Amino acid sequence: MAKTILAVDDSASIRKMVLFTLKRGGYDVVEAVDGQDGLEKALKYQVNLVLTDQNMPRMDGLTLIHSLRELANYHAVPILMLTTESSDEMKSKGRAAGATGWLVKPFDPSRLLDVVRKVIG
Amino acid sequence: MDDLSEFHGVFFDEATEHLDGMESLLLSIDVNAPDKEQLNPIFRAAHSIKGGAAMFGFQDIAELTHEMETVFDRVRKGQMPLSKDLVDVFLISGDLLRAMLGVRKDDGDEVPREEVSALCARLRLFLEPEATASEISVMVAGSAVKVSGGEAVQAASASTAPPLSLARGKSDPEVPEATVKRRKTKKSAEKSPPAVTAGISTIAPVNQCKVNSNEAVTPAVTSLSPLAEKKDFGLFVDPATLPANLPGATAMRPGGAKIDELKGVAKPEAATPSATDASSIRVSVQKVDQLINLVGELVITQAILAQAASCADPKLYQALSQLERNTRDLQESAMSIRMLPISFVFGRFPRVVRDLADKLNKQVELKTEGEGTELDKGLIERIVDPLTHLVRNSLDHGIELPAVRQAAGKPAKGTITLRAFHRGGNVMIEVSDDGAGLNRERLLSRARERGASVSDSMSDQEVFQLIFEAGFSTAEKITDVSGRGVGMDVVRRNIREMGGNVEINSNLGAGTCISIRLPLTLAILDGMSVAVGKEVFIIPLTYIIESLRPIAADVKAVSAKEKVVRVRGEYLPLIALHEVFNLRPEAREVHEGMVVILESDGRKTAVFVDALVGQHQVVIKSLERNFRRVQSVSGATIMGDGRVALILDVAELVDGTAGTAASTTRTTAK
Repeated sequence: MAKTILAVDDSASIRKMVLFTLKRGGYDVVEAVDGQDGLEKALKYQVNLVLTDQNMPRMDGLTLIHSLRELANYHAVPILMLTTESSDEMKSKGRAAGATGWLVKPFDPSRLLDVVRKVIG
Repeated sequence: MDDLSEFHGVFFDEATEHLDGMESLLLSIDVNAPDKEQLNPIFRAAHSIKGGAAMFGFQDIAELTHEMETVFDRVRKGQMPLSKDLVDVFLISGDLLRAMLGVRKDDGDEVPREEVSALCARLRLFLEPEATASEISVMVAGSAVKVSGGEAVQAASASTAPPLSLARGKSDPEVPEATVKRRKTKKSAEKSPPAVTAGISTIAPVNQCKVNSNEAVTPAVTSLSPLAEKKDFGLFVDPATLPANLPGATAMRPGGAKIDELKGVAKPEAATPSATDASSIRVSVQKVDQLINLVGELVITQAILAQAASCADPKLYQALSQLERNTRDLQESAMSIRMLPISFVFGRFPRVVRDLADKLNKQVELKTEGEGTELDKGLIERIVDPLTHLVRNSLDHGIELPAVRQAAGKPAKGTITLRAFHRGGNVMIEVSDDGAGLNRERLLSRARERGASVSDSMSDQEVFQLIFEAGFSTAEKITDVSGRGVGMDVVRRNIREMGGNVEINSNLGAGTCISIRLPLTLAILDGMSVAVGKEVFIIPLTYIIESLRPIAADVKAVSAKEKVVRVRGEYLPLIALHEVFNLRPEAREVHEGMVVILESDGRKTAVFVDALVGQHQVVIKSLERNFRRVQSVSGATIMGDGRVALILDVAELVDGTAGTAASTTRTTAK
């Protein structure tokens, strides 16, 4: 069965691009429009990987990562931050929150696929 | 394979939405006491547009939004005060971004680069004080001066530069990035030598320096000990421990009991592909239009069936009436898809009013009421220009200068109110102001100068309608805002083309209220069918005041061809429909047939027909598209018996007698 990825981003265009890229790569994708929505979708669907933006309304990416890590069934699920901020500060924050890694935005669709393959195969 | 252009449309829509949201927030924000709840979305708008623009390779857009984001990040964090200046620059930036998006959408001409650069520079000016003085820290260890006050600048080059290069297809952005950084650092250092010197006295020990540059350049990242890291991607954990690399790990399993503790949460389902539970979806207008068109056809077919079966089996008849109800419901639901709240139109006016009031040195408050009133999308799009014209007109001609207002005992600040509401199957939109009002005498004398046939006995309504005549203007001074008299005639024409009409009420010194009456939709209309000879015509119900059969004595001839009919003491011009369309009528004399009294633009007219047939909701078909334009006809419809009936263009029909109306009024006055 195809692996499922949760893509959390408030930008519809980026979400669509991620969705399209990942589907073409053979993954199933669940979309969420912000952290809060991401958390709800994560509870509803058990996914194999979470990709999240940082700056979003209602709940930001770091808070989402924190919240997911508190759930037993998301303890070990890889979470990648897709962020325009690649500062060390942001990275340490992401790491502290429990992120698995990060990918700088903007990225190439093929680059995204590479990274996802590296993480969940 | 990495053609991103198919996502551009989504990005354009999204960016436009962000710009709209940003603009309305900027216009409503209190510069002196901004609300954090308003600041954050403005920042996020710039941030999101930047993200998308960078992703899809729109460098100039990314560049400008980046500067906006940087400035507004400071503002929202309280590191910088908000000012009217800043709001202005943001509004201008929004306009420029819109233009840049427009260019991309139509593949038109490029927005001049200098314009973008100039605006970026203007935005950077807001940062200057901080960048040069307060936040400068210097690393002594190297010879390089690291300006962390340019934090934003650096973060920018770190986050924007390499990905942009990626998007452009370059593989190694490291070198130019480093150069950019060095140059920028050098530049700001050179710019403000005293500040740097000042900064040196507060040098922090090197190991405490806040490092926030890109890890590719700074070794400090090693403290994070990334295990697998490239310039654009990194992992905090050992790849070997990742699920993909664990033996037998194919999918995640809910691990442990904790999941059951989550109250009210259903057991995780297996994810379905692209399971988007979004509460709304985007559908292209063409699809909706096609649906509405098909429903229209269905309504017609249903009517034909109902008529054919009216004398058949009662069971069939019953089923057909059920079908009729369902069809009607279906039609209403389909129509409602096209409905948009009028806030889509009203939303643009705070900006229009703000800019224009500034320009004219007037103080104006804009109030809006009934923004939730829904109107067909087609009408929404077409009402924008006429409404803009009316608002500008109100501001220019209606609202007086503050001093004049105060002298007249009014508050210095004028008010323009936009109101929308439903009234009997129509949508009313009012533009009212508490300005000078229309001067009846001035309008009349201006009309005389122009050689128009006017008289002192004309009703106020008729006099006010004069402002809709082409080339009519009473403005003493022509401004670039209005006063050329170009436009009001276009306003009326546009509104009439939408099947609506305009009325004006005004009190000298107290203000003017212009009411636009529009049908709810362009696709269906409530009409009265009337018979003339063997033909059936549809008159839109909104124009009909009453129908009656006059007695012979009330009908008078004013010339060989022109007749008037007296209705409740008022003489109305009479139009015989059979003469307009050259038909052979059943009723030769007016008192043998029926007279329908219509009102358009404040003028009443009587229309002579053979008989009233009934009242229907009809689906409008364009005659122009299927045949050609016909005088006094606005469209056609297919009746239940399958025949085509023409829908009358009441405004045009009544206009045809305008001359008669004026002369008639004069005659009666004498």
